[in-house]
Amino acid sequence: MGLIKVSVVSSNEEIFSGEAKMVYATGTLGELGIAPGHTPLLTGLAPGPVRLETEKEELTFFCSGGFIEVQPNEVTFLSDTAERADSLDEAEAIKAKEQAEKTLADRDSELDFTKAAAQLAEAAARIKTIQKLRKNK
Amino acid sequence: MANTKEVRKQISSIKSTQKITSAMEMVAASKMKKTQDLMLVGRPYSTKIQEVITHIATSNSEHSHPFYEERKVKKACFIVVSTDKGLCGGLNINLFKAIIAKAADLKSQNIDSVFGLVGLKAAAFFESVGGDVISSADKLGDKPNPEDLIGFTKVILDQHKNGDIDQVFLCSNRFLNTMTQQPTITPLVPLPKVDDEKLVTTHWDYIYEPEASSLLDGLLTRYVEALIYQAVVENNACEQAAKMIAMKNATENAGDLIKELELLYNNVRQAAITQELSEIVGGAAAV
Repeated sequence: MGLIKVSVVSSNEEIFSGEAKMVYATGTLGELGIAPGHTPLLTGLAPGPVRLETEKEELTFFCSGGFIEVQPNEVTFLSDTAERADSLDEAEAIKAKEQAEKTLADRDSELDFTKAAAQLAEAAARIKTIQKLRKNK
Repeated sequence: MANTKEVRKQISSIKSTQKITSAMEMVAASKMKKTQDLMLVGRPYSTKIQEVITHIATSNSEHSHPFYEERKVKKACFIVVSTDKGLCGGLNINLFKAIIAKAADLKSQNIDSVFGLVGLKAAAFFESVGGDVISSADKLGDKPNPEDLIGFTKVILDQHKNGDIDQVFLCSNRFLNTMTQQPTITPLVPLPKVDDEKLVTTHWDYIYEPEASSLLDGLLTRYVEALIYQAVVENNACEQAAKMIAMKNATENAGDLIKELELLYNNVRQAAITQELSEIVGGAAAV
């Protein structure tokens, strides 16, 4: 099996650049598995974990929304912010989720509601990433 | 001839100015490092998104987007990236001069200009010149947040979509090195065509998930935002570099001035002593 070039970038840093055997990510329309030779694809990136199987190890990153571009020999993740999953603080994420839920509970304006819903989705995705990491260890 | 007290006062006031300029030079030097780092970390994203945009341009997509459409230009918009603070040499004014020249050139082809301004200096300048300002953002600080530019960009892109403006230019300073900053005006929208024949001749298209129009719209908007953000960050690095050079020159000039004044002070003092002596001698002779 061949390798596919992967780059994960966010607006303020380059998270990962290298080759992988297989890439798993969450697109806006569902989970994706990308192997080398994938047909060209352009899709939205949902907040959630991006998992890479490289030759040596398995890496997980957290991405919060953005775009995925797939070429047969290259995958590019354009994330709004991406951070290494290891550096995620679960307590922090749960706090953010609670806060989002609280805002959701006493919603007064439509604008705040949509913002809170987005925050909630992101917090949930962070927690999912951490828990997945824990399970794998 | 000036008296010694006056000269001494002048010297001490220049000395305190020199202290300020040399402090500002050091502050700018340390900030320059940080702003340069910020400029570098943003690069991978803008290079990558540029690659993706090039791929999209070369794909034989059945969907076209307003940003690719070349319309007859009646009105152009200049996005002007300037600094918030002054004391950075000719950085802003060189850029404004280039823009005014370009706007005059367009005017001769019957194209009107409107402006989107980043930074207080651009706001002050175009207020006095009297340009039509459609959008502005300022006080972004040394660490600008990409989110702060979303609203600013949206106003301009919306006007482009509904046909009020047909062309958008991005005007900012390019950071070549610490000594040189280059004012540049680059066309932003419509997106430049790709002329790489090898890429264009192969026939292929993306699978879009979900549908192409909303995806392209989001991606192209993000692309424009990324370019503007990168320009702002780069302009920040330019500002600090230009400020450092300007303050270094000011400190050196103050040093020269102090040297000259000290010479004058010595002359004046010597003249006073000589005069006093000759007065005493003259007085003694008279007795």
